[in-house]
Amino acid sequence: MRNSALLDFCYFLESTELNAAIQANFWIVPTMQTLHILAMASVLIGALLINLRILSLHAKSEPIATIITRYKSLVWFPLPILLITGCIMIVGEPARSLTNPAFQIKMVMLLAVLFITFFLQRKWQKDHSYAQTDATSYPLAMLSLGLWVGIVAAGRWIAYA
Amino acid sequence: MNEILILIYGNPIAQTIREHESLFPWVEALHVLAITLVIGSIALVDLRLIGIRGINRPISNISKELLPVTWIAFLIAAFTGAILFTSNALSYSQNFYFISKIALLALAGINMMCFQFIIGRNLESWNHYQQLPASARIAGAISLTLWISIIVCGRWIGFTLEPVLVAL
Repeated sequence: MRNSALLDFCYFLESTELNAAIQANFWIVPTMQTLHILAMASVLIGALLINLRILSLHAKSEPIATIITRYKSLVWFPLPILLITGCIMIVGEPARSLTNPAFQIKMVMLLAVLFITFFLQRKWQKDHSYAQTDATSYPLAMLSLGLWVGIVAAGRWIAYA
Repeated sequence: MNEILILIYGNPIAQTIREHESLFPWVEALHVLAITLVIGSIALVDLRLIGIRGINRPISNISKELLPVTWIAFLIAAFTGAILFTSNALSYSQNFYFISKIALLALAGINMMCFQFIIGRNLESWNHYQQLPASARIAGAISLTLWISIIVCGRWIGFTLEPVLVAL
């Protein structure tokens, strides 16, 4: 996607004072990227452990709901940090990100994985039985892990695409 | 020293990476993914040691269930990191942040050894503790600080790397 409205928005961001400030201070972008990676570390370990539990590869002796309760904050709390640091990086270099196919694919995968994560949590977090996973949750957990890997890869590819 | 680095630089994997532009970002993506899981899993253990997270669960359980994640992710990070290094060995070996990252990794390793064999050699004896002894809490805080610093240095390498020309 590279339509004129998006390009106009990029030009607008490039004319802001925040853009000028980010451009003038070399340290801001690497610092935002570092915070972004640290926040992703929290999301990814939380998502990994929850999905591995749904796949019966982790903490099988505990109910799925227990594992979701234990780790779901690791997935959701860092999201505002990711949003803020992500937005600062976008304002700093709008055309490099917004019109970049890697960025656009990343956002689509992000929406999909957040939707799946929310769905799986809603489905399991009140079920305190020792029931193992079912036919819909298993593929969704696999897909969710795949999407997180894709999000990290696409994120790194923004710098090259 | 330079001869060794030139030899490393000339190895077939490094040449392949340099010849195929798209390989570097893929290896880098895998490196980032592995490193986030290393620090994520280590941070969960460290936060338990410090007494911030999971204080109602025994440290021995938390450590046992996360250790496989840490080690698998670490091996992937080390392997991909070595590939990235060889592709541009001379530049990396002269970069301040790269040298710092390796030094910090060594310190994190020493800290882990101290914990494994001295401070925490009887993890089960703490099973009923919520807050752990000061030595364990300090070891956790040092580990977390070191790993965050490793991420900081890692990200700064990409912004400070200067090309070093080699005549092969």
